[in-house]
Amino acid sequence: MSAPTQSRSVGIVVPQVAHFDEPLDLTCGRQLPSYDLVYETYGELNAQRSNAVLICHALSGNHHAAGYHSADDKKPGWWDECIGPGKPIDTTRFFVVCLNNLGGCHGSTGPSSINPATGKPWGPSFPSIRTRDWVLSQARLADYLGIDCWAAVVGGSLGGMQAMRWSLEFPQRIRHCIVIAAALKLSAQNLAFNEVARQAIESDPDYASGHYQEQNTVPARGLALARMIGHITYLSDDAMANKFGRDLRSGSLGRGETANAEFQVQSYLRYQGSQFSGHFDANTYILMTRALDYFDLALEYDNDPVAAFRHARCSFLVISFSTDWRFAPERSQEIVNALLAAERPVTYAEIEANEGHDAFLMPIPRYLDVFSAYMLRVGENR
Amino acid sequence: MRLDLSHIQRWIKPGSRVLDLGCGDGVFLEFLRDQRQVIGTGLEIDQDYITAAIARGLNVVEQNMDEGLGNFPDQSFDTVVLALALQAVHYPDRVLEEMLRIGRECIVTFPNFGHWRCRLMLGIRGRMPVSGFMPYTWYNTPNIHFCTVKDFENLCRDKGIRILARDVVGSTKRQTLLFDKWPNLFATTAIYHITR
Repeated sequence: MSAPTQSRSVGIVVPQVAHFDEPLDLTCGRQLPSYDLVYETYGELNAQRSNAVLICHALSGNHHAAGYHSADDKKPGWWDECIGPGKPIDTTRFFVVCLNNLGGCHGSTGPSSINPATGKPWGPSFPSIRTRDWVLSQARLADYLGIDCWAAVVGGSLGGMQAMRWSLEFPQRIRHCIVIAAALKLSAQNLAFNEVARQAIESDPDYASGHYQEQNTVPARGLALARMIGHITYLSDDAMANKFGRDLRSGSLGRGETANAEFQVQSYLRYQGSQFSGHFDANTYILMTRALDYFDLALEYDNDPVAAFRHARCSFLVISFSTDWRFAPERSQEIVNALLAAERPVTYAEIEANEGHDAFLMPIPRYLDVFSAYMLRVGENR
Repeated sequence: MRLDLSHIQRWIKPGSRVLDLGCGDGVFLEFLRDQRQVIGTGLEIDQDYITAAIARGLNVVEQNMDEGLGNFPDQSFDTVVLALALQAVHYPDRVLEEMLRIGRECIVTFPNFGHWRCRLMLGIRGRMPVSGFMPYTWYNTPNIHFCTVKDFENLCRDKGIRILARDVVGSTKRQTLLFDKWPNLFATTAIYHITR
């Protein structure tokens, strides 16, 4: 059966490109004179323009959140479990927008784009991007699409950080903020994992100090290694045990065996790494991990998340997953507690799930129930 | 609406901020929101109740009050409600102290273990009371800290808690003189409006 015939799918979708000529002043002090944002939309914008939902993607995400690009596409968009007819973000009720963030490598302007000033790829000279820059560029996209106020801004992980930043930067343009498996800022452990990922890329000789495009090379080994490290942190110990255990793919652990044995988990990680390095840009990966590292919601509010959230005007839904150790439930509780202290409307659920951080992409029944129930409220404008 | 809830709603000021500890499916907060423009937050641990309350458009926080309420700032709500849950928490006295810290006023309701039926079952039959109202047997009940009207009032006196009002509910809706005269014998549910 070809995928798009499934009734709960948004079907075939076509990415679109919005071009912006108004310069974007970035947090780092530099300016992007012009840029493209590639995006997809699902569902119809209503006459009052009140049913628009913005999806913010995570570290390695893109604009293709739901549906299929062609009839023989094997896999749907990355959040197809949650977006579509009858799904939590129901496209029969909501107009859903998802874009590839600035600095990305799936069509929006980023390090692999041509720098108009030099005629060469930006590469490592692409300006450093912060979460607030993404939010500003997303607001420009909202203007372009004629959306004054989002019914909800939704994101998991780094996407949740963008959603929170939206609530502070444009409080009058967001009614609901949905923050899934996120944190007010990264922990030292999280920063450490990201540094190892960057070192893996930068120490690959093919990285060529970031100028690999001009040299016609790809730092595939470094990028694959970075992805492998990331992937381990997105899964829980239990999830890996269930999926692979100590199963061998080849060889044996018996006496007299001279060849090395290979565990299933090894080949899985290698496969994930090589798949990823085939379609993701190394400079983008470095840029995205830095944006994640630098995010600190309350930094410009005297390091007080309560003071920060007092600027918000929307209602919040916060969701965490029990075995997520990259963005643990305690990190979500910090968000909830700051919102409670700031007297902001907040709903919180901690979902039992074995899948670790990746749970936010999975069809876990209670997760979908809570998400759907909250989206009812979003739809009814309460 | 449950009888104790219909009794306590008159103590809640329109437009005020209410924290409902153990909010269940949110029917009470929904009523307060729709009828009294109350800004409510519910605390709950039951997964199905949480989903039901969210579907009503309420703010619900998944949190176990036995693990503390320290994340709620001092005097951050006008009223904190604990309806038929006092007997189910590990440390009722600590929960009461926390409620009075968080809320300017508090409302507590609990099943009165001093009711004559309870006394009869324990005193004559020698068995732990089981009724339609308290349908559990001793080994599987979530109700681990039963008390009577007198017990509760003693606790309030010891802790310096001021009782603003007391109300009692019997097994029928009909208010009788018996409740007022001998609440500890005839009330099935005791209802207290308290403050510091």
